[in-house]
Amino acid sequence: MAVGPRVELLIRAKTGLAVAAAAILAGWLAAALPARAAPESPSEAPPDALVTKVVYLSKRYPEPPPLSLLEKILSDEGVQGARLAINEINQTGRFLKQHFELVEVVAKRDEDVLNLARPILAEGPALLLADLEPSDLLALADLPEAKASVIFNTRSSRDELRQQDCRANVFHLMPNWAMRADALAQYLVWKKWRRWFVVHGTTPQDLEYLAAIRRAAKKFGAKVVDERVYEFDAGSRRTDSGHQQIQTQMPLLTQGAADHDVVFVADAGEAFGDYLMFRTYEPRPVVGSQGLQAVAWHRAYEQYAGTQLQNRFEKLAGRIMMERDYTAWLGARVVGEVVTRTGKNTPQDIRARVLESDFEVAGFKGIGQSFRTWDHQMRQPMLISGPRALVSISPQEGFLHERFLTDTLGFDQPETQCRFEQ
Amino acid sequence: MTRSVAVAALAAALVSISVPAAKAETIFVSNERDNTVTVLDGTSYEILKVIETGARPRGMVFTPDFKLLLVCAGDDNRLDVIDTETLEVVRHLDSGPDPELLDVDPQGERVYIANEDEGYVTVMEIESGKVLAEIPVGVEPEGMAVSPDNKFTVATSETTSMAHFIDNETLEVTANVLVDTRPRVAKFEPNGKLVWVTAEIGGTVSVIDPETHKIVEKFGFDIPGVRRELIQPVGVRFSDDGKRAFVALGPANRVAVVDVATYKAVDYILVGQRPWHLAMNTDRTKLYVANGLTNDMTIVDVATLKPEKSVPVGRLPWGVLVKP
Repeated sequence: MAVGPRVELLIRAKTGLAVAAAAILAGWLAAALPARAAPESPSEAPPDALVTKVVYLSKRYPEPPPLSLLEKILSDEGVQGARLAINEINQTGRFLKQHFELVEVVAKRDEDVLNLARPILAEGPALLLADLEPSDLLALADLPEAKASVIFNTRSSRDELRQQDCRANVFHLMPNWAMRADALAQYLVWKKWRRWFVVHGTTPQDLEYLAAIRRAAKKFGAKVVDERVYEFDAGSRRTDSGHQQIQTQMPLLTQGAADHDVVFVADAGEAFGDYLMFRTYEPRPVVGSQGLQAVAWHRAYEQYAGTQLQNRFEKLAGRIMMERDYTAWLGARVVGEVVTRTGKNTPQDIRARVLESDFEVAGFKGIGQSFRTWDHQMRQPMLISGPRALVSISPQEGFLHERFLTDTLGFDQPETQCRFEQ
Repeated sequence: MTRSVAVAALAAALVSISVPAAKAETIFVSNERDNTVTVLDGTSYEILKVIETGARPRGMVFTPDFKLLLVCAGDDNRLDVIDTETLEVVRHLDSGPDPELLDVDPQGERVYIANEDEGYVTVMEIESGKVLAEIPVGVEPEGMAVSPDNKFTVATSETTSMAHFIDNETLEVTANVLVDTRPRVAKFEPNGKLVWVTAEIGGTVSVIDPETHKIVEKFGFDIPGVRRELIQPVGVRFSDDGKRAFVALGPANRVAVVDVATYKAVDYILVGQRPWHLAMNTDRTKLYVANGLTNDMTIVDVATLKPEKSVPVGRLPWGVLVKP
């Protein structure tokens, strides 16, 4: 974006302090800095402010690189969303003498994240954005000193965390597999593409998604007509001869399947899903973890002020907003929503408020988003997106629910297996 | 100059230079997706001209003499100034980033612009284009309303959920009022005593006393058969006597008719999909509603409160204004 002459004048006209701050900012934000002199964003708490600390807790897990070279390998997915949200709620907070601080704690690959969590919890109940794998998330939630904390799951889609493995101190912002499969199922049923040929990988997440796909088929009257497993490690992100091999492999994988309308792929581990498109034996669309996906957030989405959120994020992070950025952003916004409106900021206050029936947070997806009381999953619309453009948003029209249409996605109260220990 | 004199002068000017059939009143609709403003004849509803603007035109306002129309071209970070006689873009103003809505003071000297992406309000002299101030407000400012007495301006910030009161003399924020989620529009009652702020996700209207900065009334809408989360109030248009207000309800696809004395919706008018903003014709017999998703404008008969017909405009119509 071009900087007009009057902009530079304005920068000069600001106070010396602001100029200094802008210079420092420019140093480490470089190109990501907004073009015009942004009004001074509050980075320090005024002396009499109500200060709320939010902890972003994560770990450098080994992650599969995205198959597509169009997708960057990121080391800051999640935390950038949290940073943006803290900026936003501070912009609101300065009118109310409230201040929010983000504490970023990231364990090394071979480090136990609990060792980093304990000193934080020793200071008292905390507000944690947990960008953690399920085993670490549960270990954290089960620490006795974490009992009164509020832990936001911003990463794992595992269904069990909302069912038998649910925890009273964990609130899920990431949609679970069942929500994803249901959101796609509604769209496919609306399209009358009811015969699904499922191809899945072998990682735990692949099998979790597979179970959700089977469940969604039953729930919405579709049919899994065939199922196959892909056991090789394609892993060809960087292989010069990759495409030739894949061109023969994928038709073989999909040859001779029962008659189907779509190929439903469960490849959360990024081993082969992107390679199915345009290579299936029969000419069929690919949906699931690749192809047409159900996601909490996508760059191709712009409605309901989505553009504004995307723009703000890109200015801050210098890249597009990913799903874990969105969920971490959402978690900090939940905290902001409660503190702004109630003036209370302890984890107990936050927990009590978010479970009230009139609580909602603006998630930029057209309707207020709130937590299901029975498993603490945030109900939210799901974006049905192709690789480059938004296709639809679920819930689809005609899938009715007596209270929240979004409760047609995932585990509704009657089917919950969650029993919170008090 | 009184309005009737202005109209007479304008009419004379129009006759002499013969522009495309702009005889009586004209309707201007901003089309967010097409990057155009559609100009319709106020009687026949025929399209007189489609004016190309900068990218993503949304908020529009006339200068008080109706000679100029200022259009926010959000994605081009500027205002387009349209001459309402020649129907040409005659000037650009450097609004600052992502202008969304705006308002002009009663003298037509200054424009107050919400810079949505950057969280501030730009105050600009219209004639010189000089920026007088950039006033930090909350995240995603949108609604802008200058008080009829020109003492202050209300800006709403969507993501901060506040109405900010700006002193027009000092150009500083003097008060912040927390309202329900995603406030998008601020509108003064015609007598200037109270200001209405619509909250899109909250589904409510907060009525604020600008003297005390207190919410004196807050009301919602209840439409049988329509889910609460689809009721998303945005645009507001008062009747001249201030007794009645029309509120566009977004995905509820309806316009609420509100009795101002009781703050109760007395009727709901079915219009096109996702109505955004509203306008009325000069003799106040018709209400015009810009329908964001159906690419048309619904014409409502004010006496019967019935939709009469819809006329096509551009893609994603957003703002609508009538020039007498």
